[in-house]
Amino acid sequence: MISRTQKNLLPSYALLVVFSLVSVFPFIWLIIGATNANIDILRGSMTFGTELAANWQKLNDLVNLPLVLWNTIKVTMLGTLLTLLVASMAGYGFEIFKSRARERVYQLVLLTLMIPFAALMIPLFKIFATIGLLDTHAAVIIPTIASVFIIFYFRQASKAFPSELREAARVDGMKEWQIFFYIYMPVMKSTYAAAFIIMFMTNWNNYLWPLIVLQSEDTKTITLVISSLASAYSPDYGVVLTGTLVATIPTLIVFLIMQRHFVHGMTGSVK
Amino acid sequence: MNRFVNINGWGFVSLSLALILAFAVYPIIQSLWLSTQVGKGVVTEFGGLTNVYRLFRDPLFKTALFNTFIFLLVQVPIMLTLALVLANTLNNPDLKYKNLFRIAIFLPCVTSLVAYSLLFKGMFSQDGVINSFLLNLHLINEPIGWLTDPFWAKITIITAITWRWTGYNMIFYIAALQNVDRSIYEAADLEGANAFQKFTRITVPMLKPVILFTTVISTIGTLQLFDEIMNITNGGPANSTITLSVYIYKLSFQYVPNFGYAATVSYVIVLIVALLSILQFKVAGKDA
Repeated sequence: MISRTQKNLLPSYALLVVFSLVSVFPFIWLIIGATNANIDILRGSMTFGTELAANWQKLNDLVNLPLVLWNTIKVTMLGTLLTLLVASMAGYGFEIFKSRARERVYQLVLLTLMIPFAALMIPLFKIFATIGLLDTHAAVIIPTIASVFIIFYFRQASKAFPSELREAARVDGMKEWQIFFYIYMPVMKSTYAAAFIIMFMTNWNNYLWPLIVLQSEDTKTITLVISSLASAYSPDYGVVLTGTLVATIPTLIVFLIMQRHFVHGMTGSVK
Repeated sequence: MNRFVNINGWGFVSLSLALILAFAVYPIIQSLWLSTQVGKGVVTEFGGLTNVYRLFRDPLFKTALFNTFIFLLVQVPIMLTLALVLANTLNNPDLKYKNLFRIAIFLPCVTSLVAYSLLFKGMFSQDGVINSFLLNLHLINEPIGWLTDPFWAKITIITAITWRWTGYNMIFYIAALQNVDRSIYEAADLEGANAFQKFTRITVPMLKPVILFTTVISTIGTLQLFDEIMNITNGGPANSTITLSVYIYKLSFQYVPNFGYAATVSYVIVLIVALLSILQFKVAGKDA
């Protein structure tokens, strides 16, 4: 027996079910595709096949998958941890030590959020060519460390950091950097968790900048590899989809495990 | 004491400031200087406004500008409206399985731009699953050239971006709606307001600041559209989906490198982003 309220909500349910299906369908297609041969995928097959192992084998023949994954993990983790450290210090500094001069600097920092990357990439390319760091992972990581969005996020979150904690620590004779590392960081755990997810996703999925600086096969990350697999004249979709599945699983796991932090992290900064 | 605090203040922000100066402020100034340089490859010379004049005579630039605006003007309103409607629907306290719907609709956001682009390229190919689905339902008689027809290629790109980002924007609206007092809706119910009236008279006005925020970030994002174009259509067919960012990339790294002219095109994006952001804040400020 369906209650009247629920009956009135039927159009709402219909709308949500349709949109949920549309949202989830490409994932299902991805998983099914990875188990099918190229020819069946191109025929629009929607049943599970038996080609997953063959596709996996072909993918491994074409690219050095362990190396590609290692490159991706290295760039992602180093970049993410450095951003968490550097940007959280800045967010903390701007909020806790307020001064008129720093407030102006902060406004300018926020303005750089609006600079499109297309306007930065050529000078950045020239900088890294000059200092001889093209085709290195350092070149991928360094320009992304001081993420203005994460600085902004930590500044907003720092407003909730209790000033009594700081005062007490000072009375105990702790230095400012000790207060930051031993008190602020543990207290702000959930802020760090949310920032971690945002940066993990950003770095794992980064494409344009790595595409410009990483030129040899040995340094490439997973997004570059699947993109070039698919740009062949007639790509083998079995292989492309298996690669795409490999590229998507880590972010999917991070999302499903840390779902609550994720939503909080994305929206917390504008509330 | 005051001096002590001050030194610490700069100490905490100095690393970030140094990086921002080196990798955002310096490059954007360098870009401006580059835009005055003419010549291809390594040897360039000062050309004043030569590159700016060239913009006006460059048909491919005009195409890229036109396409970018089509994507902006068609896609952003569709996506934000959908996101608002979905958030509003999910905001009903009697609704069940809310979390399940929310996760499903948000799921596209966890894919990388490259990964989902490849999925759309595959699904929308000539014999792909979308065409076979539509053919089986007898909605179409022959396959649609989703990637090969200039008109349909634009539709494919718009569909793809909307799929990827609607859930993202919806989350912002859901968060904002939680701060709207439920009694406003209950009062509207008592006065016999229907769902549409509640949506346009309560939800939209209450969410105005968030709608503005999402409009600005979507605008900036769409103006920089790159990954999807490169991986779904590579700007084709016949440049019908090329965007400014893709054009800049091709000018710099695919054709014979012309950094000077590419920098000039990139400043067009800088100017559009600045102008649109000011405009959007002005418009919102007036009504507020």
